[in-house]
Amino acid sequence: MTPTLMWTFQGMCCVFQMMKSKADEEDYWNSSKFKAFTFDDEDDEFTKLKESRQAVNSICGLVEEEEDEDEVEKVSWSGEPVGSEGISRFLSDSETGSGASASSPCVSCFLLPVSCRYLVVGQGDGVQPARAELPQDRHDAVAVSLEKFRSLQEKLLLLDEAVGVHDGNVITAVLIYLKKSLSKEVLFRELESRQTALRHFIHYLTESKEQRLLLELYRALGRTEDEALLQYKEHLRITDENKRRDFLKSCVSLPFSPEDAGHVQDHYTLLERQIIIEATDRQAETGGKVEIFQKFPRRASILNMPLITTLYYCCFYHYAETEGTYSSPANIRQTFRIAEKQYFVTALAARAKLKAWHDVDALFTSRNWLGFTRKKSPLSFSRVADILSKNNAPVQVLQEYVGLVDDVELRVALAQKYKCHFIVISTYRDLKDRQLLLGYRGKVERGSEEERKIDELLSNPQIRWKN
Amino acid sequence: MSERDSPELPDFSVLKRLARDQLIYLLEQLPGKKDLFIEADLMSPLDRIANVSTLKQHEVDKLYKVEYKPVVSTSDQLCFLIRPRIQTVKWVCDVVNADKAAGKFKRYKIIFTPQKFYACETVLEEQGIFGDVSTDEWAFYLLPLDEDIINLELPEFFRDNFLEGDQRWVRTGGSALHLFHSIYGPFSKVYGIGRCSKMVYESWREQVKEGEQKARQAEVGTVFLIDRDVDFVTPLCSQVVYEGLVDDIFRIKCGCVEFGPDVTSSDKSIKVMLNSQDKVFNEIRNEHFSNVFGFLSQKARNLQTAYDKRRGMDIKQMKTFVSEELKGLKQEHRLLSLHIGASESMMKKKTKQDFQELLKTEHSLLEGFEIRECISFIEEHINRQVSMIESLRLLCLLSLTENGESNQFSNNLNSAWPCQSYGVDHLLTFANLKQLGLLVEQQPGETLTVMESKMGKLVNDKTAGKLTDAFSSLAKKSNFRALSRRLSLVPKSDEEYDLRVPRDMAYIFSGAYIPLSCKLIEQVLERDGWTGLEEVTRLLNGHEFAVTGSNGADLRPQSDAQRIILVMFLGGCTFSEISALRFLGRERGYKFIVLTTAITNSARLIEAMLDNHV
Repeated sequence: MTPTLMWTFQGMCCVFQMMKSKADEEDYWNSSKFKAFTFDDEDDEFTKLKESRQAVNSICGLVEEEEDEDEVEKVSWSGEPVGSEGISRFLSDSETGSGASASSPCVSCFLLPVSCRYLVVGQGDGVQPARAELPQDRHDAVAVSLEKFRSLQEKLLLLDEAVGVHDGNVITAVLIYLKKSLSKEVLFRELESRQTALRHFIHYLTESKEQRLLLELYRALGRTEDEALLQYKEHLRITDENKRRDFLKSCVSLPFSPEDAGHVQDHYTLLERQIIIEATDRQAETGGKVEIFQKFPRRASILNMPLITTLYYCCFYHYAETEGTYSSPANIRQTFRIAEKQYFVTALAARAKLKAWHDVDALFTSRNWLGFTRKKSPLSFSRVADILSKNNAPVQVLQEYVGLVDDVELRVALAQKYKCHFIVISTYRDLKDRQLLLGYRGKVERGSEEERKIDELLSNPQIRWKN
Repeated sequence: MSERDSPELPDFSVLKRLARDQLIYLLEQLPGKKDLFIEADLMSPLDRIANVSTLKQHEVDKLYKVEYKPVVSTSDQLCFLIRPRIQTVKWVCDVVNADKAAGKFKRYKIIFTPQKFYACETVLEEQGIFGDVSTDEWAFYLLPLDEDIINLELPEFFRDNFLEGDQRWVRTGGSALHLFHSIYGPFSKVYGIGRCSKMVYESWREQVKEGEQKARQAEVGTVFLIDRDVDFVTPLCSQVVYEGLVDDIFRIKCGCVEFGPDVTSSDKSIKVMLNSQDKVFNEIRNEHFSNVFGFLSQKARNLQTAYDKRRGMDIKQMKTFVSEELKGLKQEHRLLSLHIGASESMMKKKTKQDFQELLKTEHSLLEGFEIRECISFIEEHINRQVSMIESLRLLCLLSLTENGESNQFSNNLNSAWPCQSYGVDHLLTFANLKQLGLLVEQQPGETLTVMESKMGKLVNDKTAGKLTDAFSSLAKKSNFRALSRRLSLVPKSDEEYDLRVPRDMAYIFSGAYIPLSCKLIEQVLERDGWTGLEEVTRLLNGHEFAVTGSNGADLRPQSDAQRIILVMFLGGCTFSEISALRFLGRERGYKFIVLTTAITNSARLIEAMLDNHV
């Protein structure tokens, strides 16, 4: 059992005499989450790899840090104390470090960003920041070139040291330097065995939109699925639907996982079809000859909508079409292998929206081999009633489905919720519950047909009431 | 345990003053009139510490929001107050380069907050304007949102750290803790769990310079650090405590909420600050929603009685009434009608979406009961294209609680149906959810688990990158069921749970579930460490720590400072968790202060994973 819920929303409503619940007028299109995307047309050029590194070098002075012993207790990953040569110390102690001597290039002689403050004319060199009162004032003053780390071994040591202090800013800084000073092949090879650094590098490339380099990296690492996904993501930048379709077509052969490959194939097929449907329907709409488009003008283009939305659209505008057309719901269902339940829910919602109760009825009707009809649904009838009521179905329609709910309690609850009085009445009669029926008499309108029905039952001598 | 008097909370207004003074100092670094461009998500935090006239006093002429469009400013000095993001810096570069091309010469200053990143300066360099723009840092780490909540306002912390594996905010976390420590410390006990927590702890330790701490009376003595990925289940649950529910429905932004016409029953929206200053709100914020109505109607009756008092008063009494009581009553009246309006509006919204059934599904998932029914509920949600965020949330909850083993019931859930209903674009979103461990694909049985533990020891960062990658997804198994049993997170359901008189923290989820995060905190405080919780930490993949420092701090457990506990959530926490901690504090005589990188909830958590946009 689930824990007892001590409260119900319905029950609480009376506390403040809540406003009478207005039937929701939610419109499908309005409520649909799928709005058009905005694209940023920025075109990434593969230029940054060849960045000149002169600029910074010429202005950076070399400052090294004095290593003072620090007895602050530390907990390190391995359980050993963190060495006092930790990189980030040099970031934080920057103010004090200017007099240190540099004898040999060591890993700890590392340093970070140049503060522009000292480069801009007129910016007060001598100003002592009031910030000194604040606990930290770290990258402010110092800049040292990374240029002295020239051998691969030194570079890698630098990188490992950076990773060791868990400061992403430092790791990325080193990576930016390595990116400039190592060939791609070497860098990629070394990153492969350094997961933390690798993830920083991938994130940096993603943020700075260096798409091509990132693709090359994935390829070099054999991460083909990531490569495929990244390439596929590019379609979001393409606004022209025909170009987008062609691009998606080219994506189909990318090395996706088998599951994703199916989705991408579907994406292409769907857009191709949407383009055809959109062209035809737009024409039909402007032509003014097709009644349904006049009566229910389209609020948005069907392009780039999800599959289920497309199915809904086709059930709405193209329900009766034969299976041969691209826009027929049956054809869509078959092409995209839509499960029965999904098809059913969508068709039901679309036809109910149009108040095409005959179609709704037909959806449920099945004939057995003797030719008798009966109502069958892949969906519980309580759900069916819910969908119908959300589409403002009249009581006459609703009660037919509420009446098919097996569970008696649920049936009565739904019937009361949707005001299907006759269902409530007949259920009470079947339960032979005179008290409930009597009680319900107070809830129906005076002099109504429902009241007459109740009176008729109550005075029926043939019913053997249980109370 | 009996209730004890809770100690007094320290005063956090000094944090605001500190931030404001520093900003003023930075603005004065660019003397003369200037236009100020503010990053959109810094507007609200800025509002909390300064106002327009403060800025005007320091020669800010016009204020603009950063909108990534060409600027129209005519000022010859431009100042940009931004987060350290590459995209924003690129935009600043465009602005500067456009001016250059037009032959305009201006002075530019970028103030990064809370810190600058090297990658951002690289952009300046690459765009050829390094040197033309001065940069500075505004170390605005701690924004007090309420008397017991301090926010870093860094929602991107979550995605950057846990999804992208970028540790750029680790140092920020350390600096935030350092700032707090230097004002309210020294801390004598620090507990924590999670990879990021451990790194933040270390970063903080490195920033504490020796001798810096003067021997003084600590105001806060105990700290608990916790990573968001230690407990994903809690933030994915629907919130039913008043403040959490308001956040889920209206989205509280930086301690402020905008109530629309449906709440105010007028044609305009109003913005309301939600904190302990609001007396009505303060009394209901931690209450289960089912109690709120009773409380509000009682309050309304009391108010009526108070108003009625004036009947039969003589002139003198009336005068006193008007001058002394009426204003307070009117204020209370206004607040009361606001919260009644909000409650009504929330109720309507929740009734419409079958909230009752949704909660039932969540509770079944937490309990591991009737999973098949839950799955068909989720399927239907997806098939009917009900809110995508909601569907993904339920899918993640299913995957976390069932450890991915629910796949045997439905193969279509993990991407096929969602892609059909919400768009194939979301393949990328699914890749993210899997990467983060929110969606787990079914693993073929035990064999991998055994392998994992054997290989885990051999694999390290340098030797076998690929293996680490493969195993890291395995390590993300949530083990929720086992944890739930061990920590008794799901109370026995055959007992009635009286939500008006909560007996434990489970009340925040209608008595169905004690939030894992808060339970861990409770256990560690009770045991004064992790002893006895070895199995739990193993199930949580370790990374727990407990440090008892000395540096002259007061270690007597009864002292007030020891009973004021700072809980730092790395990656965000929910209002429900805060309510649970307040409850725990009342029960045990603690006071909790929550320091979080952001206030989160299920929708924000899932939205951070969406990747169907450029």
